[in-house]
Amino acid sequence: MTAISSYRTHRPPFRQRIASTLEPWFYCAPVLFLIVAVMLVPLILGISYAFRDIRLLDPFSGGFVGLEHFRSLGQDAAFLRSLKNTLWWTGATVFFQLIFGLTLALLLNTPFRGRGIAQALVFLPWAVPTFLAGLNWAWLFNPVIGPIPHWLAGLGLMEEPSNILADPSIAMWGPIIAAIWWGIPFFAITLLAALQAIPKDLYEAAAIDGASPVQSFWSITLPYLAPVIAITVLLRTVWVANFADLIIVMTNGGPADRTQTVASYIFTQAFTRLDFGYASAVALVLLALLLAYSLVILILRQKLSDRAV
Amino acid sequence: MTGAKFLRIAAHRIAILCFIAFSLFPLFWLLKVSVTPNELLFSEGIRLWPSRITLDHFRFVLAHSEFPRFFTNSLIVSGLTAIMATILAALMGYALSRFRFRGRLWLAGALLITQMFPIVMLVAPIFKLLSPLGLTNSLTGLVIVYTAFNVPFASFLMQGFFDGIPNDLEQAAMIDGASRFTAFRQIILPLALPGIAATLGFIFTAAWSEMLFALMLISGNENATFPVGLLGFVSKFSVDYGQMMAAGVLALIPACLFFLLIQRYLVQGMTAGAVKG
Repeated sequence: MTAISSYRTHRPPFRQRIASTLEPWFYCAPVLFLIVAVMLVPLILGISYAFRDIRLLDPFSGGFVGLEHFRSLGQDAAFLRSLKNTLWWTGATVFFQLIFGLTLALLLNTPFRGRGIAQALVFLPWAVPTFLAGLNWAWLFNPVIGPIPHWLAGLGLMEEPSNILADPSIAMWGPIIAAIWWGIPFFAITLLAALQAIPKDLYEAAAIDGASPVQSFWSITLPYLAPVIAITVLLRTVWVANFADLIIVMTNGGPADRTQTVASYIFTQAFTRLDFGYASAVALVLLALLLAYSLVILILRQKLSDRAV
Repeated sequence: MTGAKFLRIAAHRIAILCFIAFSLFPLFWLLKVSVTPNELLFSEGIRLWPSRITLDHFRFVLAHSEFPRFFTNSLIVSGLTAIMATILAALMGYALSRFRFRGRLWLAGALLITQMFPIVMLVAPIFKLLSPLGLTNSLTGLVIVYTAFNVPFASFLMQGFFDGIPNDLEQAAMIDGASRFTAFRQIILPLALPGIAATLGFIFTAAWSEMLFALMLISGNENATFPVGLLGFVSKFSVDYGQMMAAGVLALIPACLFFLLIQRYLVQGMTAGAVKG
């Protein structure tokens, strides 16, 4: 119980008991109010939009259309393509963010001179506003002012310096590389925090027993990190799948919908076509897929930890 | 020093340098083009540093464009959001850290779930809700939305920092007759200052970076924040790379300043707030 009971011996009068029950809720009330008003109500509205004909600037819209939007979705080639792209975009982005983030966290976990400065510099991309990160990378891929097409041409990987973001076969790598660059620090910070929580004497004991650094990595570091990695990957996957900024800024889904993800498609439907109803239907499908994904992962995790016990 | 140990240290340093180069290169390029005179940009081709540098692009952007306004708007929105969200998160984080009340875990879980809400799904309904209140195309509307979206994570951060402050301190004050809220304000908040600074900086950079709501809610240049202004600039004047990048450098400054100030608290805050929570 709270501290109050530790020095109060008799049972407090009714009004005081009510007051102390309500006390924490006074502290939480403003946040709760905001979340309900700005997130929960819009979420419910958004779900209802999916079954209605809601077009901005059209006063006659607003009627109930049932599953009409979902039926059109099944025949919407752009949407089906965006589903496939989302898988590719999310998988590649999270995979490389994790690999590089883990490497960086391990590198920063060893003490060395200038570690503070190095840490500030490698975490810096995270501070770069995402719209600017997108523009910056779009400029780097642009053959007029950016070096990357020229380097690729110099290496013989490209016939002549042309815009990578305009080439349908490789355009998706543009936003993916930008997202990796931007997201490595998040993984590194989280994993570094987890690394620093591992008891040091475990490593000392392992060293005395003659374990090599590689062996202690596999038998101490990785098992300790596993839960953090799992939860971070889960959160990041959902987040990256929902993340549309870089794609909207860099390619706007083009060329020919090759970089359109479900998240950017929702934005295009809502923002350019002002078709809120259809956009919400697409969003609901994305939400359902992500919930299903999270559920499967959580169940798998539970099964694995049950087996471990 | 043995050879193997030397090799290991060398590999470690080289790997760190590679990461630093990868992190900084895009920003370096932004800076480089922003100080390259237009005529050199095209005649010199791709080189690491121009033979002559100029501040003309910055001069133009600051004196003859609408970027000072975008900059001020962004500063107002991000600053107010950071202050509002941090105050509310401090209250919420304190409750989560100190009270053991019924519904506490449920509440923490609800905060976590809000982090999974697909923002793209909420953009349209929020537009529809704010519109009759006259809060679309207004900085106030943006501040309200940004505060709500940043407050859950900020609450976890603050809870983590409060967890690190011993409980006995406000107990002692309360035995001496202070109310809990007075004890919280006069004893706990000053001790949590590093955490408050980290949260302020974190929210500021997040709000500075937000694009989707800004694009959806703001129309015209009057109330445009930096992303809206810069994206408009790119599509309108896509030829003047120097000016675009000068504007980009300006957009980078506040977020990076804040980040450099708070980054050493970040690992600490993450350990306490996000990982364990």
